[in-house]
Amino acid sequence: MAKPTASPVRTGLVHLALIIYTLIALFPVFLTVINSFKDRSSIFRDPLGLPTPSTFSLIGYQTVLGQGDFVLYFQNSFIVTGVSIFFVLLFGAMAAFALSEYRFRGNTLMGLYLALGIMIPIRLGTVAILQGMVAAGLVNTLTALILVYTAQGLPLAVFILTEFMQTVSDDLKNAGRIDGLSEYSIFFRLVLPLVRPAMATVAVFTMIPIWNDLWFPLILAPSDATKTVTLGSQVFIGQFVTNWNAVLAALTLAIVPVLVLYLIFSRQLIRGITSGAVK
Amino acid sequence: MSTVAEVSIDRAEDRHRRRWHILVFLAPALLVYTAVMILPLIETLRLSLFNVKDNQSIFVGFANFQVLFGDPRWAASFWNALRNNFVFFLIHMLVQNPIGVALAALLSVPKLRFGAFYRTAMFLPTLLSFVIVGFIWKLILSPIWGVSPFLLDLVGLKSLFSPWLGKPGSALIAVSLISVWQYVGIPMMLIYAAMLNIPEEVLEAAECDGVTGWSQFWKIKLPLILPSIGIISILTFVGNFNAFDLVYTVQGALAGPDGATDILGTLLYRTFFGFQLQIGDKSMGATIATVMFLIILSGVCLYLFAIQRRMRRYQF
Repeated sequence: MAKPTASPVRTGLVHLALIIYTLIALFPVFLTVINSFKDRSSIFRDPLGLPTPSTFSLIGYQTVLGQGDFVLYFQNSFIVTGVSIFFVLLFGAMAAFALSEYRFRGNTLMGLYLALGIMIPIRLGTVAILQGMVAAGLVNTLTALILVYTAQGLPLAVFILTEFMQTVSDDLKNAGRIDGLSEYSIFFRLVLPLVRPAMATVAVFTMIPIWNDLWFPLILAPSDATKTVTLGSQVFIGQFVTNWNAVLAALTLAIVPVLVLYLIFSRQLIRGITSGAVK
Repeated sequence: MSTVAEVSIDRAEDRHRRRWHILVFLAPALLVYTAVMILPLIETLRLSLFNVKDNQSIFVGFANFQVLFGDPRWAASFWNALRNNFVFFLIHMLVQNPIGVALAALLSVPKLRFGAFYRTAMFLPTLLSFVIVGFIWKLILSPIWGVSPFLLDLVGLKSLFSPWLGKPGSALIAVSLISVWQYVGIPMMLIYAAMLNIPEEVLEAAECDGVTGWSQFWKIKLPLILPSIGIISILTFVGNFNAFDLVYTVQGALAGPDGATDILGTLLYRTFFGFQLQIGDKSMGATIATVMFLIILSGVCLYLFAIQRRMRRYQF
């Protein structure tokens, strides 16, 4: 049946509403980026103007790169996020495989136990986590953050990957068994490659909260050597709060990696959400 | 395809021959999750029943809770934070979710051009860290910079401008709306997904019966996306009662002005970690964390047992 064609007026109104909201969503980011390239007086004189040759200035970036240890902060963030995602994916996929492939006593219970963490935030255990990290001598180490983020990411990873692994054909795995593959090879060589799309979705979902987290870096690893870029920019901006050039430049520097990653992964991310990966 | 019987025999053999594999596959996830998440959570709940006297940890029963709820030094800031937290949640439910539903409805207009562009752009704020979001809005709303008075002037509302973040009466609303701006992408995406899953035939049948436009949205689409709205509500609830970062970056740990934006997360941070003259208090920190745990748990249980069960699932 042919759809009744919508009137041009209605389509126009729909676009108008969407464009207005898109502007609301993008404007603050746009404003920050353009002003970070202007000199101080034109930031205040003409906040909405694009940088022109006469107002262009990199003074903010010079301050940021001269004062803050941003290279180190970026490095810390990359290590923490990367290693955590690696463990979340590996451990999560292994547990998901066990839950979806084998029938054993307590299977359902185990699934529920691991799913608890989807709804209950790990933050509520901070008091005892800090106590434990002090006892283990892990305060102000990246290891502490990696452990916490791995635990934080696992529940959702196990949940999504279990659903996905149930769709992998039994025939394939049984064929592997007949060919004499061990259960480990079946997992690593047959199943893992097949669930790669789901792993990518999990990786994106896991990455965002870890990269953006302020709470655990603030409490577990606030030392200069272990600051993540989120905490680093928070502290930097707090100190330079009256130096608008520096603040805007620091914000822009913090936005750029997120923006680049988002442009690369946005299709994956949006497809992940809309295909019902999180339900 | 192997038959069910064969599969179950395979599985039965698995149980006898290969049970160690199961343990090896489960162990790493189970160990990290239990050691770093579950045990600290239980330990935190336990600590809330203890207090330190003369450097000795002693069992005090529910005395910490009595102090938190009733002692003049604690009760005022606790009830203030709890009330603010409910307002924070209410604003999200009233603003964020309706806007999310509206945007999703617009995005799911059939044959919409540039749909992917709109989705990508509108989801961007959700990915930014609280530090970025907090400071950007702090600058934009700052009376020093003059961006917001200028923009309000464009629509002739300049007289409305005031330093919202600095006034006790409006600071909480302003912070909540910043958070709404950041998170509107999540309800939008989930509802959009739910709307895509509504089968064509249902909508065509509705059109045949003359149900179109607004009444189609209210009578056909909205009931079908109710389960997604339920999920979004509980996600919002958990996120809001666990929030901390945005208030911390916009208003600092003291959640000013005069505690007007203090929520449970910032109260927990100050209590447990100490701030300025206040000394960190582990027992009271654990007590506040326990209260937050109970609030979130009751919300989740209410959702799972009362709301989700009553909601009808439509199978197509």
